Amino acid sequence: MATIHPKLSDELSQTVVSSTKSVKIKIKRSNPNVNSEQKFDDFVVPIEKWTTVLDVLLDVKSHLDHSVGVRYSCRQASCGSCGMKINGKPGLACFTKISELDSDTVTVEPMDNYPVVRDLAVNMDRMINNHKKVMPYVIREDSEIDAESGIREFLQSPENVDKYIQFSSCIKCGLCNSACPTMAMDKSFVGPQALAQAYRYIADDRDKGKNKRLKIIDESHGIWRCHFAGSCSQVCPKGVDPAMGIQLLRGYLLGIRD
Amino acid sequence: MMVLRESIIMKIHYGTAIGALFLTVIHIMMRLTQDFHESLAYENVIANYESVGYALLLELLLILISVHGFNGLRVILFEMNQGPTYEKVVTVGCLAGMAALIGYGSRTIIMTSMGMT
Amino acid sequence: MERETGAREGLKGWLHPGKIGKFGIERLAWLLMRLTGLGLLAYFIGHIYETSHILDGKAVWDKSLEMTQTTEGHLFLALVIGMCVFHTGNGIRLMIAQMGYGIGKAERPDYPYKPQSINMKGKACIYATLGMAALAMWYGMAVMFA
Ligand code: HEM
Ligand code: HEM
Ligand code: SF4
Ligand code: FES
Repeated sequence: MATIHPKLSDELSQTVVSSTKSVKIKIKRSNPNVNSEQKFDDFVVPIEKWTTVLDVLLDVKSHLDHSVGVRYSCRQASCGSCGMKINGKPGLACFTKISELDSDTVTVEPMDNYPVVRDLAVNMDRMINNHKKVMPYVIREDSEIDAESGIREFLQSPENVDKYIQFSSCIKCGLCNSACPTMAMDKSFVGPQALAQAYRYIADDRDKGKNKRLKIIDESHGIWRCHFAGSCSQVCPKGVDPAMGIQLLRGYLLGIRD
Repeated sequence: MMVLRESIIMKIHYGTAIGALFLTVIHIMMRLTQDFHESLAYENVIANYESVGYALLLELLLILISVHGFNGLRVILFEMNQGPTYEKVVTVGCLAGMAALIGYGSRTIIMTSMGMT
Repeated sequence: MERETGAREGLKGWLHPGKIGKFGIERLAWLLMRLTGLGLLAYFIGHIYETSHILDGKAVWDKSLEMTQTTEGHLFLALVIGMCVFHTGNGIRLMIAQMGYGIGKAERPDYPYKPQSINMKGKACIYATLGMAALAMWYGMAVMFA
């Protein structure tokens, strides 16, 4: 434990293991920068009722194998860092309890449809680029700060907030994009995460960028590559329901809402 | 290669689907409102083609389904692989398939309805 | 959307049966929609070719009809009927959903975050469509094998 900060190692050595239960975790290991080898490493770790998959991974990292590559930060489903495949289904490691998985063995793999950086950490550039592409900010000519009137606010009623608040819960974890069947084959597809954000801003009545965004998503690898398989919404940990946003978004392009 | 805006293509895709739905029901009802095997008898089918209304229905159905089916194929192929050349080939190929099928089917409809059998 | 920065799962993401268990009946509907669409297109091309035999006289027409008057032919036609009914029924469901109907209304999400667009109405439609396709195949076989 030479590399661990002395205070941290003190804390770790005091961990009280009162549990009688344990879980076997199978972690998919690979490091594409070095070679193409892929393998599963198994570890057995004690668990409690409240232990999450991320807790188990960190336990492995602290006590059994420091080299496991995993990205995390908030540990409370807010930062969107810890998305991975847990027993085959995309989910947040910090938001999935071992007890809810109902199995003695838990297999964790990196999310599909993203290049692996190392072990469980993936490169999310593509999602971030597509997110930026739909202009995820309020677009309008005037500003909340102007020379004549000083600082003012663009007011909005609670009803108007309700129209988009659901979609603004997105934490950019990328789980939706990893579940989407179009994403599995179409490298140019803009993806459910970005489409839901396009709807989030179009539905915001302060925003005036509707036509610009509609033009961006109405191309050959835009919104029409969605066929409502709904897998994105099945896995979204924040209730964004990207599939709903996408179907609502189509209404503008089909000319049945404005 | 973008021939039309994708939302326009999808409106066509939905429109052809709804149109074809009604015409296919009629077309299949022609088989089921009489004895199935009899409905396929040579003389019966010739008589079908020679009735102008039904021949027009077949022609319309042919066009709607060809457009819908080949666009559907294009959609699937676009989602399977990408790249400027590939997409151009797929678009041109699907348009060509569409045109060829409509041409070939129209030949049957026109010649049969004019009694050139 | 031109730069490649993404690895992809490939055809496995489309065809692997495990996906249906993981992502629900909607994922099966998605896959069947594709497969029936392609199947119908293949049948349709064959159909246009077969009906063109009407130009070659009664003997040729009767001979080409014989192809589907075998047991295998009847089963094949039953499959076409099933594909037709599923594709049509599911197509109607998709058009309605894609126009924004029956997928719920945006609201403040509350734990445990049940997605509204994936709802019982949609699932019931898919099961009903599968049921109707099965019934139509059964009816078709009853007519053809009579
Ligand atoms: C007559 C009733 C029909 C209806 C209501 C219908 C409806 C639809 C709809 C709504 C879609 C779009 C699904 C989506 O991408 O979200 C679709 C796709 C498709 N249709 Fe049809 N269709 C019909 C008949 C046909 C026929 C006869 C063929 C074959 C010639 C066909 C071939 C296809 C193909 C290949 C696709 C693409 C499949 C996919 O993207 O998943 N359809 N159909
Ligand atoms: C049980 C299945 C079917 C049978 C037995 C059948 C039979 C026939 C027959 C006998 C004809 C010649 C004209 C006539 O007498 O109506 C014909 C033509 C045609 N059918 Fe069908 N049909 C079937 C299903 C379909 C379906 C599902 C479609 C489209 C989605 C379709 C599209 C057409 C078209 C476009 C023609 C005109 C073709 C031409 O003359 O080039 N048929 N069919
Ligand atoms: S929509 Fe949901 S699943 Fe997709 S990135 Fe946002 S929070 Fe994650
Ligand atoms: S660690 Fe932040 S979302 Fe899981």
